[in-house]
Amino acid sequence: MSERNLSPAMATAERLRKRHNAEKRFKLYGQIALGIAIGFLALLLGSIASRATTAFSRHMVEITLERPDLAETSNITVSGVNGAVRDRLLEQFPEAQTERTARSDVFSITTRLAVIPLRDRLRANPEIAQDPIVARLALSDDLDLYLKNEIRRHRSEPLGPAGRLSQTEIGLFRLTAAGPDGFIAFQDRIQALGEDRQDILISLSGAWFEFEAVSGAVLILSHLAGPLPELGEQSNAQISATHLNSRSADRRISNRQIGIVLHLLERGQISRRFNGSLFTSADSTYPELAGAAAALIGSLFTMLVTALLALPVGIMAAVYLEEFAKKSRMTRAIEVNINNLAAVPSIIFGLLGAAVFLNTLGLPRSVPLVGGLVLGLLVLPTIIIAFRAALRAVPPSVRDAALGLGASQSQAVFHHVLPLATPGILTGAIIAMARALGETAPLLLIGMVAFISDIPASPNDESTVLPVLIYKWFSGAERAWEPMTAAVIVILLTVLVAMNLVAVLLRRRFERRW
Amino acid sequence: MLESLGHLPIGWLLIAPLAAAGFFAFYSGRTQIGALSTGSSISARLHSQPNYHGYFLAFSTILPAAIIFLIYLMFGDIYARSVLEGELPDYLVARGDANVSFFMDRVAEQAGLRESAVSGNLLFDSSVERFAYLKGFARAVALFVAIIAGAAGFHWGRKQLPRDFPARTFVERTIQGLLFICAAIAILTTLGIVLSLIYETVRFFSLPDGPSVWEFLFGTDWNAQTGQNFGAVPLFFGTLMVALLAMCVAVPIGLFSAIYLSEYASPRFRNWAKPALELLAGIPTVVYGFFAAILIAPLVRGFAQWINALPFTPDTLLAAQPTSALAAGLVMGIMIIPFVSSLSDDVISAVPQSLRDGALAMGATRSETIKQVVLPAALPGIIAAILLAVSRAIGETMIVVMAAGGRALITLDPTSDITTVTYQIVALLTGDTAFDSAKTVSAFALGFTLFGITLIFNVIALRVVERYREAYE
Repeated sequence: MSERNLSPAMATAERLRKRHNAEKRFKLYGQIALGIAIGFLALLLGSIASRATTAFSRHMVEITLERPDLAETSNITVSGVNGAVRDRLLEQFPEAQTERTARSDVFSITTRLAVIPLRDRLRANPEIAQDPIVARLALSDDLDLYLKNEIRRHRSEPLGPAGRLSQTEIGLFRLTAAGPDGFIAFQDRIQALGEDRQDILISLSGAWFEFEAVSGAVLILSHLAGPLPELGEQSNAQISATHLNSRSADRRISNRQIGIVLHLLERGQISRRFNGSLFTSADSTYPELAGAAAALIGSLFTMLVTALLALPVGIMAAVYLEEFAKKSRMTRAIEVNINNLAAVPSIIFGLLGAAVFLNTLGLPRSVPLVGGLVLGLLVLPTIIIAFRAALRAVPPSVRDAALGLGASQSQAVFHHVLPLATPGILTGAIIAMARALGETAPLLLIGMVAFISDIPASPNDESTVLPVLIYKWFSGAERAWEPMTAAVIVILLTVLVAMNLVAVLLRRRFERRW
Repeated sequence: MLESLGHLPIGWLLIAPLAAAGFFAFYSGRTQIGALSTGSSISARLHSQPNYHGYFLAFSTILPAAIIFLIYLMFGDIYARSVLEGELPDYLVARGDANVSFFMDRVAEQAGLRESAVSGNLLFDSSVERFAYLKGFARAVALFVAIIAGAAGFHWGRKQLPRDFPARTFVERTIQGLLFICAAIAILTTLGIVLSLIYETVRFFSLPDGPSVWEFLFGTDWNAQTGQNFGAVPLFFGTLMVALLAMCVAVPIGLFSAIYLSEYASPRFRNWAKPALELLAGIPTVVYGFFAAILIAPLVRGFAQWINALPFTPDTLLAAQPTSALAAGLVMGIMIIPFVSSLSDDVISAVPQSLRDGALAMGATRSETIKQVVLPAALPGIIAAILLAVSRAIGETMIVVMAAGGRALITLDPTSDITTVTYQIVALLTGDTAFDSAKTVSAFALGFTLFGITLIFNVIALRVVERYREAYE
């Protein structure tokens, strides 16, 4: 329908309708754009938070140590304590004693270094070793992840009461059914699955077996963990089959380890607890033992140096440029310079630090002192711009009044303008420090990415900072690093949000309208 | 004695006596004048208030001593090192400069520790002792000279303090000088950046295994880690590609958000939507990198695989890599949205209301007013905002390090992994940094290029913004 065929009035109405539609569309574009931006923000925060939740808890295995040999002080080393733990594990799983792979399966449910907190406790007061000690050790990261994610996907089915259990000549076990139907239904299902069958574990009164084959009323099993029932007796206990979600070849943990963990879980020896070491431990090569404490302290020291450099210099520079500087070519050059410097990519400051602080001045690598200096120079332009805005917000009448009463210019500035600008200056300072706290790239170039296993004691000790720790853990190979990384991000974002809230509150509380 | 002085972590200790001397001088100066003025109305005839006399005396005491300390901080270690290097046995010197400087670094580090552990290596231990002695000597000299300078300054200051001395003028001038020095630190930083980048870049091109400038700028083969190929075109290409993808996300979303917020939104909505947008700018880039690598990159890959599997496309149409330019570009675009939107918001709000009123009065709808009046008026400012955003995208590091891969490829396929200038700088300078191999120094040539390009963008953008601000004020 072209407009020529319409009467003039209708054409106008038609045009108006089109224009109003265009208006609505245009408004909609704006809403969509805002929706996308805020939607992405929500997606980002949500996806990180959901990944982080699992890292705030971890599974601990309880092992009771009764051996008096721990009482000897000479024995309180990682190896000594670890030896005692291993002895107890072998006592609990005697079937693993003979075979090498089985033994390493049992031992590797925790890492060697997991006993360090216990060792420290024993060193602090050796007398506790006289009584039985309950050692709570972090489960190794792969098992921990398995318990957190995969165990929910297990499917259990009852197979009826058990008949006799007997051992075959090649080390396998035969289990007969007590019921009249045998395992026929189970056998049919196994056959129907064919090649798609995943691993199946069979449990019988606390003992865990791996399913090998089934025929009629007989299951062929291999023993994984837990005490065997009496051989050759009619037991009548319930058999249960646990269908796993994967095959042992496709995962990093063996069926025996799953059997051990399920056995310990049944006995209540494994429990899920708050992961306190995330806040109290330094970095580790084992995700289940790693913590962000060293990076937190490192960030604190770095921020301290940054604040000591950037805040006083920033205030003085802002006061000079805003209150004293005459319009000269020099002042103008400084202003242009500061504006440009504020837009220089942060990595360039890292290059400056590497070339000047490390190479020319010979300052040590990886220390918060150098990191703080680099970040101080990095935020200085932003700080100066923010402080100048705060000073500019104080009306000229305040200065005029002070000058009119005979104050010198310095007196007017330091006694009247600066105190009135303090809230604005504080707000700007906090926001700039928040920016410095999240900065990563320049610190990589001055070596703050080194592996640090001690909590730094001064700004001159090697250390790392929170954002760099995020980058490091992100690069870790084990899957357990991913939730750990997300957890550190949550910690960092919490600190940043807190800082920004303080800034907002300050502004609200002290904001003055002139 | 001197050795133990050399072992001390003295930096923090210096501040205390300096501050103490300053306080003492301040009170001394104030009471001296105060004593003159008590009991009579003489204070009315003083040129400056007693406090200023105190400040004056404190300055004249601290400044000379502080200057001496600064000189020590700059040259103390260098002095100790150069003396010790001259005393090293010939066989160590014969092993080359790199070995000597490595040895000296270890000595300096060991000497800086409070408890000096004995390593058993006789040469090393004696060098540490000697270094500590030399450092202690330098410190003792610095301390001595500083005390004398401070005392002299104090004495001079006291002599200047008869009652009509213009102490306030003097103090205020000194403070202004200090303020100026602080303001000039920004210039010093720029100078430091430019000089160090130029120095290392020149060194890079003059290294025997370094490339020529031509080869660096126009070569298409980059393999700095293992080989000696320094053709940076793939890096520039990758940087440009990621920045372009980012701008494709950031410009429309940022611009429309700004228009909606400044022209349509109710004040209440604006009050919470604007901070929410700015929240995007407050999130550290390493978090964006994690988000890109964990969530967006697999999505991009899955999408690319889906396209490859479509019946009418060849199976190898897209590279579908686990890390990709598209993933990095998308997330970088999200990160840049608040830059575009808040700057555009500012310039749109700066367009005089009378222009809008005029257009509306002529019967234009609001969108027509925006498209035909407000946006053209704000265009220079918007372009400047976009330029600043581009400069930001080019210099962004962590997102590309974590989500863009690292292969130096020239390809138009956004789902392939590419590398960027910033990625290479991080890759080349993380880990060992001996400043003598072409590999590490090439990072500075890249940094120089990056600095130059972003500077051009920034200068143009800031110029435009300034002109524009003047035009409407």
